[in-house]
Amino acid sequence: MRGAAINWTLRVYLLLIFTFVFAPIIFSVIFSFNSDRFPTIPLGSFTTGWYAKIFADSEVWEAARNSLIVSLCTCVLATILGFCTAYSDYRYNFKFKGPYLALVLLPPTIPLIIMALAMLAWFSKIGVSGQLWSIIIAHSVLTAPFAMAIIRLRLNQIDPNLEPAAWNLGASEWRTMREVIVPFCKPAIISALFLTAAISFDEFAVAWFVSGLNKTIPVLVLEIVQGNIDPRVNAIGTFVFFISMTLVILAQLFFLARLNTKAAAHD
Amino acid sequence: MSRLNAYALTWRLPIIIWQILFFLGPLLFMIAMSFFLVKNYRMIEAFEFKNWDKMLSRGYVWDSYWLTLGMAALSTAIASLVAFPAAFFLAFKSSENLRRWAIFLLIIPFFTSYLVRTFSWYVILAESGVINALIGNIGLGPYTMLNTKFGTIVGYLTLTLPLVVILQTVSLANVDKTLIQAAQNLGCSPWRTIRAVIIPAAKAGLIVAALFCFILSFGDFVAPYYLGGSKPPTLPILIIDTTKSGQQWPRAAVVAVMMMVTLFTIAFASIILAYRKRASK
Repeated sequence: MRGAAINWTLRVYLLLIFTFVFAPIIFSVIFSFNSDRFPTIPLGSFTTGWYAKIFADSEVWEAARNSLIVSLCTCVLATILGFCTAYSDYRYNFKFKGPYLALVLLPPTIPLIIMALAMLAWFSKIGVSGQLWSIIIAHSVLTAPFAMAIIRLRLNQIDPNLEPAAWNLGASEWRTMREVIVPFCKPAIISALFLTAAISFDEFAVAWFVSGLNKTIPVLVLEIVQGNIDPRVNAIGTFVFFISMTLVILAQLFFLARLNTKAAAHD
Repeated sequence: MSRLNAYALTWRLPIIIWQILFFLGPLLFMIAMSFFLVKNYRMIEAFEFKNWDKMLSRGYVWDSYWLTLGMAALSTAIASLVAFPAAFFLAFKSSENLRRWAIFLLIIPFFTSYLVRTFSWYVILAESGVINALIGNIGLGPYTMLNTKFGTIVGYLTLTLPLVVILQTVSLANVDKTLIQAAQNLGCSPWRTIRAVIIPAAKAGLIVAALFCFILSFGDFVAPYYLGGSKPPTLPILIIDTTKSGQQWPRAAVVAVMMMVTLFTIAFASIILAYRKRASK
């Protein structure tokens, strides 16, 4: 009896934690359809006006275009860098491997606001600040570790004899890479692309500092929020949330489908 | 195996060049910049301790410093304590299926904008907001929650709690189940099993979770600015104000270096604590 009581208490507790975590997300969706400028309970009437407002706003479209370019370029760049590093770590032992890995993996442990200031100053010094690709460079540094981690985990699962087997059969290292390693890592490469794109799409501190006048969506949100209470933020947030969730779910479905076909092939 | 050839270098070099140029470069330059001078709104490369003297002798900088440190520590303590029962349940008491779903759900917040979530809290916690409207119905309140330390902590937890629960769950789930059974067979009470067996066994993971929570809270400017009212400002807000409005990049760099030294000290101490062998009894 006592065990069951504790079990149920813990269940309720978990539910409370989920309430705390999801309350702001759910309320933001609700408020985005609510007519009041300052939403409270009881709610005002239902409206899609805030959406109409953001879709009619050229500034929002401009920011969406910038965000799309930045996250697409970032994910490709970060995944390539991450793949190279993961493969180096998997295949080779070399001197200074510790510092090498530290150099790659440290960026996420440094607060973004510090990276933002450091990158702003350095990019101005070497003359690459205030451009859209300043954000791309910055984001690739910040997200490459995540790509590296995902791909490295996948490489852990590879049969260590697979590569030597290909060499013995006369394939060059390059050909083995192309026909054995890369296909094996493909699911991880795709998740890395999605994950790094998602991180880049949401990042605002560094983007705000180094972007100059090229605002991305989160930077635009930051500026709107600084002004006043404005439910457009909820509309933008909800819209972006559903797009990223769709991407994440599509990525999941893609893998599940692949896994199932694999399992079927094994049967 | 480690013979250097074109093939090996192709995979090893890109990240080295990239990180030196765009990660190490900025950080080292920022440290150097903290010694630069500003004259007529232009930065002059120099090696003077003026910024350091100025910043370290100002009372408001230290007020900000202790506030940021204290709030981040409080956030870490609260997040670790609040997350633990949930992580404990997910690791030991829940079904495999529920655990997988819970972790999936806890990842969702990472794909939503932290800014939008904070803005949502702003509206929920406001004087005439959702919470005060709800408790007003039963004749309580209104309470002031915005522009208080409470608001800041709510914001910090929004950022960190999902991550702390996930990390704690993973580290608790990795505890050797036979250890727990052995303790119970030897007559250990549930509380004592948690305290004397489970927590020490999962120590490293729990400390790493707390460390991430500290780093995220310490460096966050959104929660203390929008929910905490920024009076006094925390160090990240100080960096933004000094950079954006004051054009005093070198002074902002001083604050950033102070933050980095603090973080490195704390990270180093936690890692030693996490991986120290327990003294044999």
